[in-house]
Amino acid sequence: MMTAITTAIIFIGCTAGMYYFYKMAPARAALGGFALALAFALPHLWFTKETDGFLPLFTIVLCAVYALFALGLNIVVGFAGLLDLGYVAFFLVGAYVGAWFMSDFAVNVAKSTRDINIHILDAASAKIPGVHLSFWIVIIIAGIVAAIAGVIIGAPTLRLKSDYLALVTLGFGEILPEMFRNSDDVPPGHLNITNGTKGIGPVDRVGMGFLDYIPGIPKTIVSSDYRTKYYVILVFCGLFVWVSVKLRDGRLGRAWMAIREDELAASLMGVPLMRTKLWSYAVGAVAGGVGGAFYATIVGTVNVDGFTFAFSIIVLCAVILGGMGNVWGAILGAVVITWFNYTGLTYIGGKINGALSTDFNFINLQFGLFGLVLVLMMLFRPDGFIPAARSKQVKKAEQEVLASQEVDA
Amino acid sequence: MTLGRRTQFTALQVLSYIVLAVSVAGVVVAFFDGPRTFTQVLVIGLSNGALYALIALGYTMVYGIIELINFAHGDLFMLGSVLAAIFLEERLNQTKSSPTAWLLLAVVMLAVMAACAAFNVTIEKLAYRRLRNAPKLAPLITAVGVSFILQNIGILLNGSAPNSRASVLPQSSLKVGSIEIRVKYIIVIAITIPLLLLMTWIVQKTRTGKAMRATAQDRDASLLMGINVDKIISYTFALGGALAGAAGTMFVQVNGQTRYDAGFRLGLIAFTAAVLGGVGNLLGAVIGGVLIGVIQSLNDSGLGFFPGQKWTQTVLFGILILMIIFRPGGIFGTHQQEKV
Repeated sequence: MMTAITTAIIFIGCTAGMYYFYKMAPARAALGGFALALAFALPHLWFTKETDGFLPLFTIVLCAVYALFALGLNIVVGFAGLLDLGYVAFFLVGAYVGAWFMSDFAVNVAKSTRDINIHILDAASAKIPGVHLSFWIVIIIAGIVAAIAGVIIGAPTLRLKSDYLALVTLGFGEILPEMFRNSDDVPPGHLNITNGTKGIGPVDRVGMGFLDYIPGIPKTIVSSDYRTKYYVILVFCGLFVWVSVKLRDGRLGRAWMAIREDELAASLMGVPLMRTKLWSYAVGAVAGGVGGAFYATIVGTVNVDGFTFAFSIIVLCAVILGGMGNVWGAILGAVVITWFNYTGLTYIGGKINGALSTDFNFINLQFGLFGLVLVLMMLFRPDGFIPAARSKQVKKAEQEVLASQEVDA
Repeated sequence: MTLGRRTQFTALQVLSYIVLAVSVAGVVVAFFDGPRTFTQVLVIGLSNGALYALIALGYTMVYGIIELINFAHGDLFMLGSVLAAIFLEERLNQTKSSPTAWLLLAVVMLAVMAACAAFNVTIEKLAYRRLRNAPKLAPLITAVGVSFILQNIGILLNGSAPNSRASVLPQSSLKVGSIEIRVKYIIVIAITIPLLLLMTWIVQKTRTGKAMRATAQDRDASLLMGINVDKIISYTFALGGALAGAAGTMFVQVNGQTRYDAGFRLGLIAFTAAVLGGVGNLLGAVIGGVLIGVIQSLNDSGLGFFPGQKWTQTVLFGILILMIIFRPGGIFGTHQQEKV
């Protein structure tokens, strides 16, 4: 019964989605509807143990989380053309915001905070001390804090040239984890802000609020309930796709792309460079923060060791693989890369090992494969698998200009 | 607009003088905190700085000639260190300090330099050359990709955990008064200086060096003057690679450890050194390298009000960020306006 009603809701959602696509471009309606239906049905497709190794539910959830990250980075790298190698900073900020406001950690900060006990619409037991806000409030806070972090990092750095910008963001991405690692004994009064290397946990469950009146939706999401987690993150992805598309087609998006194509020309046309770039940083950071806070609830413990340069590169890989500046490409890239990272490599490696009866550890090839993806894509298909419509137009225009120049010569 | 920029400029100057004064005060306090440790730390810093200078030169030369931050350069250095350790310890079985071992170390060093030079040239040919006229983002992302590929080769050769390696350098110490200085650090400095002099000679005095400088100034004009630009760029990559190989070989001997991710951090530190001295400025890279080496080891010692090893990355990358934002031309350099 429960699943029947949920299925009905999914079906209605897909139909609505198809209609939306139909309004935009009839030719894409089928593809869009199919993608949407697949996205909704994904965690219900496989049930048996055998296929579970191919596509575990946990990986599906992570795919969706990384899709959100890729959507965020796509705004910075793809739309505005600013290479950000420190996207991990926003992920980290979001995750820590999630951990701070959804755990009992607040009691450990200092002696004076020992009795702190704040509960606002949360899913945790009232007996547990600490700060426990509703997940939905925390998500908003995480987004705002990450956006502020984006502006703080961006304000002094965004006037730099592209390659210097990449290094400065990379520097921030390296400094921030170290600061969080060392902030367990901050000078005025020995404040323990981040619990150092021990990390913060456990993070509260996600409460579904009034949505639990809908059959099939639980009151709180238990840690093994990956399906509900997936749908929650899917909603955020959908929201961010909508934001991305709206921004891209609006004034701000056109300003971003003008900067991407030619910064000087854009500024001469009256595009305020700093403000436009800062917006891209802030909006991109929101996705990182939201994804980070959600990630905190999935893994349950936020530990600074998880925030490495490799993360920034994985998300960048996803954006480039799919097609810089293309929303759907970013999602596709994120799904492919994440699946490969968490499941595909070991799965395929296991099959190869089984077939050849060897014992090679394929996880060891992870870095190289990501590197290879970056290099090969840049060399042979710099616009990604699904090139953005605009970059196709630009290519065409460039060729026309070249052709006319040849005629002149 | 003009007024705003001018006030900003003076504010920056004041800020940079304050930073300078604080750092000098920090060094003085560190000296009085423990003069003996300070001197030892200084020697370690100079030795590390010499290695950073070698790596930084590779960054600076490549940036000077094709305006690419060669992200993979640090990992090339790491590969050099792993290869050197494998050659010397596993193939030649040299684990103790002896004249034969020193001779073999010299041979291994030359071999590793040649190998790294060959790697770097190959990387340039396969990956960067095709993107020379592409948008600037493309070669940079490619370099990041190459860096990951090299790290993966490092994992395959060295394993994903750090390996401790034997050193064939003498482990004794020199005593100057009450100060003990490890001989190995002096040896590193003694090997680095001739390499740097050789480098300067090649760039300043030889015909190829002249062609390199010409290519760095204006690639198209050099092409018209009959310079084989592709060859000169390859040559630059070869020189940078050889220096990285030399640095890698010595790094193992001094630190007794190989790890696949050494290149990422050290590369970034060396890049900081290059930025400190002004990217594209050879002498600047050397001075920047030495400065960064000394700052790092002073910081790691925790003397005075240096925050200690826990904060190394923050201090060094903080310098990188501040330099790039406020003085992108380096400590001596003038900032060039980007060509339109």
